[in-house]
Amino acid sequence: MKKFGIKEVVATGIGTALFVVLTQVQIPLGFIPNTSLQPRAAVLAFLAAVFGPVVGGIVGLLGHALGDAMFYGSIWWSWVFPDAVFGIAMGLFAKKFMIKEGGFAGKSIALFNAVQIVANVVAWIVVAPVLDILIYSEPANKVFVQGVFACLGNVIITAILGTLLGVGYTKIGAKSSSLSKED
Amino acid sequence: MAKLLTYKEKGTWMENLCGVTKLIFFLSWTITCMLTYDTRVLAVMFVISLILFKLSKTSWDQVGSVFKVILVFMIINIVAIFVFAPDQGTKIYGTEHILYHWGGRWKVTSEQLFYELNVVLKYFTIVPSVFMFIITTNPSELAASLNRLGISYNIGYALAIALRYIPDVQDDFHKIKNAQEARGIEMSGKAKLADRIKSVAAIIFPLIFTSMDRIDTVSNAMELRGFGKHKKRTWYMGRRLAAGDYVVMIATLVFMIVALVITYYDGNRFYNPFV
Amino acid sequence: MKPIIEFKDYSFKYNSQVEPTLRDINLSIYPGEKILIIGPSGSGKSTLANCINGLVPFSYVGESTGELYIGGKEPKDLGIFGLSKMVGTVLQDTDGQFIGLTVAEDVAFVLENDCLEEERMHKRVEEIAKLVDIDKLLHHAPGELSGGQKQRVSMAGVMIDDVDILLFDEPLANLDPATGKHAIELIDSIQKEQNKTILIIEHRLEDALFREVDRIVVVGDGTIVADMTPDELLSKDVLERQGIREPLYVTALKHAGCKIYAKDHPAQIQTMDFGPYKGRVQDWFAHADSPDKKKESDNVLQVEHLDFSYDESRKILQDISFSVQKGEMLSIVGKNGAGKTTLSNLICGFIKPDSGSILLDGEDISPLSIKERGERIGLVMQNPNQMISKAMIYEEVALGLAVRGVPEEEIKERVYETLKICGLYPFRNWPISALSFGQKKRVTIASILVMNPEILILDEPTAGQDYRHYTEIMEFLKRVNQEYGTTIMMITHDMHLMMEYTDRAIVIADGQMIADDTPAKVLTDATISDRAYLKQTSLYDMAKQCGIESPSAFVECFINYERKVR
Repeated sequence: MKKFGIKEVVATGIGTALFVVLTQVQIPLGFIPNTSLQPRAAVLAFLAAVFGPVVGGIVGLLGHALGDAMFYGSIWWSWVFPDAVFGIAMGLFAKKFMIKEGGFAGKSIALFNAVQIVANVVAWIVVAPVLDILIYSEPANKVFVQGVFACLGNVIITAILGTLLGVGYTKIGAKSSSLSKED
Repeated sequence: MAKLLTYKEKGTWMENLCGVTKLIFFLSWTITCMLTYDTRVLAVMFVISLILFKLSKTSWDQVGSVFKVILVFMIINIVAIFVFAPDQGTKIYGTEHILYHWGGRWKVTSEQLFYELNVVLKYFTIVPSVFMFIITTNPSELAASLNRLGISYNIGYALAIALRYIPDVQDDFHKIKNAQEARGIEMSGKAKLADRIKSVAAIIFPLIFTSMDRIDTVSNAMELRGFGKHKKRTWYMGRRLAAGDYVVMIATLVFMIVALVITYYDGNRFYNPFV
Repeated sequence: MKPIIEFKDYSFKYNSQVEPTLRDINLSIYPGEKILIIGPSGSGKSTLANCINGLVPFSYVGESTGELYIGGKEPKDLGIFGLSKMVGTVLQDTDGQFIGLTVAEDVAFVLENDCLEEERMHKRVEEIAKLVDIDKLLHHAPGELSGGQKQRVSMAGVMIDDVDILLFDEPLANLDPATGKHAIELIDSIQKEQNKTILIIEHRLEDALFREVDRIVVVGDGTIVADMTPDELLSKDVLERQGIREPLYVTALKHAGCKIYAKDHPAQIQTMDFGPYKGRVQDWFAHADSPDKKKESDNVLQVEHLDFSYDESRKILQDISFSVQKGEMLSIVGKNGAGKTTLSNLICGFIKPDSGSILLDGEDISPLSIKERGERIGLVMQNPNQMISKAMIYEEVALGLAVRGVPEEEIKERVYETLKICGLYPFRNWPISALSFGQKKRVTIASILVMNPEILILDEPTAGQDYRHYTEIMEFLKRVNQEYGTTIMMITHDMHLMMEYTDRAIVIADGQMIADDTPAKVLTDATISDRAYLKQTSLYDMAKQCGIESPSAFVECFINYERKVR
């Protein structure tokens, strides 16, 4: 596992700032009322995949708590922890994705998406509803439906935006010696 | 543009408490509020919340717009609870006093109303404490005091950096959004879903990549100035705990214990007026 | 005396690169010296600086040969923390260097990491803050400070550690001219009072020479091509060969056919002896052509009595009125934070004015949305990285057309045509990540030009560019302006840009428009320069010292001549 050095401290800080700012960006799904795609989930996946589980976990936890507190004035802990779980899970595979090293293609993209789907399912269909029931005694059917939608939304946005971010960033690290000018 | 809740200097006694004290208060307050469903406890907490909110001199301008958003969320949530589980109250309290029957499973019971009242009370108890915590806590001092709680200074500093760069990132976000909009990216809700994802990507890509550059610059700057040299560090904004801090901390913990004892006294976290 | 920094046959190669970035460097710097390091981008001057502060090899890994001693010790023995006790670095990006939530915390950062106790820390911060005159700002957040103030905070933050060597990485890059002048003065007084060794990396030679330096080291292509006093350097042709801009008065003297001698102290205009050159300069001025009168054409943009404020208490812009003619190239200048960017935001429709109106081709554009305005008024941001959202050049340039539903065939045609104009056609299938900063900038200009806007607004088009890239970009914009008749407005604090490429300058100070005149007049008027934090051009002083009656006419002749020889 990566050590938590200066780079990781800064990545956590600025990653959290990004997550907080992006709290305000939501893409309403339209056909299901009051559910929206949250691009910040894709950004969390990307950051965790680049910087590892510690950065991912803290950005998820701090980012969600701060973002909700600063924009909505309330913190719903049962939905904060799943983001931390998701960040940690994605981060555990950071080495395999090889985003920074310029190797994010083919197999690692598939792995990235496999991991994100499993992590999202665990976070939103297991952790979040269970916490909702334990902590808030909310009706089980309601919280599972909410969880399923949240999970679906995050899987979709991470599959699209998260993958694209990874591909885009990996290209910066890749060598471009094979390029030649054309007339 | 959405308005962020932020720290404002006002010179109240709450500001003068250590960040740690407020953090402990905030955490135990929200935990108590999460755990208890005892209406009497919630009612007391609600009243205390209001008093503290008043004492923090938080003005309505600072929190008004955020409060409206919360209100909408809350209403949606209580309606959703009713839609999904009109019998949740009956399940919890074990009795059924029907007030109105629409037919089928759709009946309004006193138990359901009482249960949902508790949910609403929870909102109103937590929200003022979040407002207060954010508005009266100097972020630099909070980062310093986290370290004092035994949390690694790396994490305290990550929090400080997050708070330091939120305004900058917010600023970048708006600049990028404007420029992309001028290029013809549609931000309004009329577009198709796929197009809307594309528009968001057009903002997020430049934002993330400039932030990745920023991570490099900031970590270089910190390294050149000796961050991480020792196992410990001191804090310019660090503050020693004063008598007031101890009083508040002890009072908080005592309150939490009493509240939880009352709540769980009869082996159930719900206060049941129906039996 | 023993040198405090010593390179002996030193070479360095980054692991990520094939060729060494520095080759056979031999350089000795002695305690208390003030050295200016100049060189075009990519010459290796930043790598040289990073070798001194330890980022090479501790952050940027690579292989080195030869010897390097800082304070008599080898960097690998000192480590980056050991080096940081000797070398304090002020980075170019003042926002990146400003880590603390407030000024005081940022200044104290080093002391915090050294575990100094709180009381001593507070005392020390106050002392050092007084030294650079930020003691009134201690509790301010970075967002409340100007660029110049942030730089002072950075200086305080490294000086608090009592380092012997201060290293400034392009200290002038983000400052308006007058603030830059203050920065150079401050650096000078620090050196004199505290007896520090000072290294300044900069490509704005004339501004950096505002106060004396002991030596100038010119880096070119990884080696040291000159290491001499400023007077000597200016009497040679090293700068021209390396593509570094000479001070304007030196250029003017050369235009007048003068050969410059070190004995006349050409390094600083205040001390230079113009006696031997006077005759030739007057002669040149007498025979120089004055510029042709500009043809009048229709107004494309009219701004009328524009007012703007974020809240009641503070007006950002007040009663701004001016008009722009079709095909003009003009600059909007003024100190940082004067309201220049607010003005362009109003024109693009990002914000709404409190009162006043903006007319495009005689028609009020207040009902038009941001997108609709964007088709006719294109905005290019300062940092190209903030605009680029696609991986490939073609896609990026096509974006504006694609979202407007232009047919595929037409998009292709227009994108290729624009890429040809921008000199990017050979790269059309490249990923943007493979381009240099300057090329990226061109991609962003292309992505706006492809929509055929009537007006192009550029925010600091040449910020952070060396002379060669500056000339490339500006010549390119000039071509666009001439061949396509696009009106170009540039927000800038680069006085060279304003003089060399624009015919008119709109000067904004404290929210008010204080001048709308030719750059030559603006830059020779002391009152306007002062209020707008500009700097009077050195040509003005030169003209005075050469006994020329009308300095502004002299400046105009110079500009005219420059444009012709380019």
